[in-house]
Amino acid sequence: MSQVQTQEPQPDFIIRSRAALEDNHLQEALEKAGSGFVYKRQAAIERIGNFEQLRDQARQVRVRALKHLDLYLLHFEKKVQNAGGQVHWAETPEQMREIVIGLCQAQNAKTATKGKSMVGEEVDLNEALEAAGVEPQETDLGEYVLQLAHERPSHIVAPALHKTKAQVQSLFRANHALGERALDEVADIVNEARAVIRDRFLQADVGITGANMLIAETGTAAIVTNEGNGDLTATLPRTHIITTSIDKIVPTWEDASAILRVLGRSATGQDITTYTSFFTGARSERDKDGPEQFHIVLLDNRRSELLGSEYEEMLHCIRCGACMNHCPVYQAVGGHSYNSVYPGPMGAVLTPLLRHEEQDNQLPNASTFCGRCESVCPVRIPLPGLMRKLRDREQREAKHASVSTLAVKLFCRLSRHPVLYRRLTHFSLKLVSMIRGRKSRFRTLPLMSGWSRHRDFPAPDNGSFQSQWQQRHKGTNHD
Amino acid sequence: MTETPQNSPKRRHQIGLFVTCPVDLIRPSIGFATATLLERAGCDVHVPPQSCCGQVAFNNGQPEETRALAWNIVQQFGQYDYVVLPSGSCGGTIKTHYPELFAQDERHETVVRFCEKVYELTTFLTEVLDYAPTRAGIDLSSETVTYHDSCAGLRELGIKQQPRTLLKRCANLDVTEMEETDVCCGFGGTFCVKYSDVSNRMVTNKVNNIRQSGASMVLGGDLSCLLNIAGKLQRLEPDNPDRVQVRHIAEVLAGELQTPAIGEPSPTRGKGE
Repeated sequence: MSQVQTQEPQPDFIIRSRAALEDNHLQEALEKAGSGFVYKRQAAIERIGNFEQLRDQARQVRVRALKHLDLYLLHFEKKVQNAGGQVHWAETPEQMREIVIGLCQAQNAKTATKGKSMVGEEVDLNEALEAAGVEPQETDLGEYVLQLAHERPSHIVAPALHKTKAQVQSLFRANHALGERALDEVADIVNEARAVIRDRFLQADVGITGANMLIAETGTAAIVTNEGNGDLTATLPRTHIITTSIDKIVPTWEDASAILRVLGRSATGQDITTYTSFFTGARSERDKDGPEQFHIVLLDNRRSELLGSEYEEMLHCIRCGACMNHCPVYQAVGGHSYNSVYPGPMGAVLTPLLRHEEQDNQLPNASTFCGRCESVCPVRIPLPGLMRKLRDREQREAKHASVSTLAVKLFCRLSRHPVLYRRLTHFSLKLVSMIRGRKSRFRTLPLMSGWSRHRDFPAPDNGSFQSQWQQRHKGTNHD
Repeated sequence: MTETPQNSPKRRHQIGLFVTCPVDLIRPSIGFATATLLERAGCDVHVPPQSCCGQVAFNNGQPEETRALAWNIVQQFGQYDYVVLPSGSCGGTIKTHYPELFAQDERHETVVRFCEKVYELTTFLTEVLDYAPTRAGIDLSSETVTYHDSCAGLRELGIKQQPRTLLKRCANLDVTEMEETDVCCGFGGTFCVKYSDVSNRMVTNKVNNIRQSGASMVLGGDLSCLLNIAGKLQRLEPDNPDRVQVRHIAEVLAGELQTPAIGEPSPTRGKGE
């Protein structure tokens, strides 16, 4: 936590979200993407029939994996080594950057192709590679667009979700020598990106990807994509480096299948993604292709602190993005408002846990607890419950109580004495009804401008329910 | 079951009515409508001194304050056969969250037993009493009415079909569904004041869906969401006398529509804002 604590919480999220609401491009992009994910997921679930059972199975896999995470990780390492690969342990983002740069420099690498890796984003890998003289070349279409735009992902599955088609077109016009090639249709845009990216696969010295799962049984990394770029990034260069985190472990292939059954359906409404690839070790004598060197860099970055804590369930997350696709707050303000690689409900929990900075306290507060995220989470993470625990943590750690906290406490203390509460509210309501005159509602409310800036408020009745009830039932046996 | 099952040999259910603070302070008519319904369904209704269920503390990082209020409620209402609330939100706080709040507490078992007899109104009427009046009190079959499924009721307590069943039985009404009826209206307690602009976007979406349904009235089971929705409808169309009316389901089920809809002027005392 920082040394200085102001009276009121940091308003950063509020400021960013306000700007997001006024950003017409963003709003157009959000509206276009918004309900699509929801309907596709719903359709996929209806096709399969027993999705609730699959959720339970997936959750059980995650529970089991985390219960003996240390054993599975060590077993995984041994199996990777047996297959001619190497596992590297990075406790901090800094260590992960150093390890990856060291591996690139050992190959005298000038360029590295990259598949999408949220852990890579988490540790700012691209910036570090550039600074070390290794040019990172994104090969996922969304990530490629963002690299051109010098922007961060706003969604963990669709990183460039915040970009409109028109914005992508103008980025390509500015950065590509288009010549006669068309760019009007989405297919044209995809083809244009493919033409540029394909060359890079052949030239790259190193390929860096993420991983969706690590299968301890055989030391295998699983990657799901829809573009096939992950496979080309992994198999064409001489060296394949996987940047991922320790929580991605599942014990067996059977367990990996249980996760795959819910992952595609929850993320994009696909029964299975176009490409589901498994990578085990370096090229052996029997293999026709594959990298000569195979490295897996595993990031901790405070995840191990969550084991056995009241936040452990956050490590169940399989990064499908369903929570943000169904979150009305995310859908209104987009991912950048969260100022983190991980936005939406899962980010509102994970970011304050991984960074533990005061500036992130807003994130778990920026929720109505509508519970839609929990209701769609394929591994049943109680996201609102975890956000609530983070609100508790914020209050425990606060050096000074904010005005709103004091107001809540005052209200609670009064509420502990229902008879006093009844008298006081009755008196206050009488006062309000004297002031209200003939008004049926108010357009402005003192101390509640957050409400009255956007909505009216009904004028209360003449006295509370309790006082009216008491009057009507005077002398009867009613309470 | 008929409207007056007094001839039943069984003792009448003794109900502790917990109206919730918004109803107590802002719209008592919902509390009276709830009592009327319960009495018609053959129950005796009691209103012990009451205040907040603790949700505001629970959601704002104050578990200790919440426990104190929760224990108050358990004691105040423990004597009744059932505790009924015209709210899925406060009902959810009690039924879903009180047990977890006392998980490490010696009072846990008492709290769990208490929570088993706590019910949101429409669930109590359908699932415990199977309430069906001999004839509908009012007939809204010619009206276009839509329903907002409030989040906590829907997802914590599974309230979806119950209000629709009762509207058919009590008001001969088939609900005209709006788009995204299960998406949050943006109220969220202190959220709507702290994150005012995000909340405004959410309630604007909600109100657009309501208007697009063609409904002349929107109903719901939680006053707080309804205040948000009514406030936005009225802000958007202050001068339109035909704007969508907003009411709590209890008022419709009890046939008590003489009170003006939420935030609407009384015809006799008339004047908008």
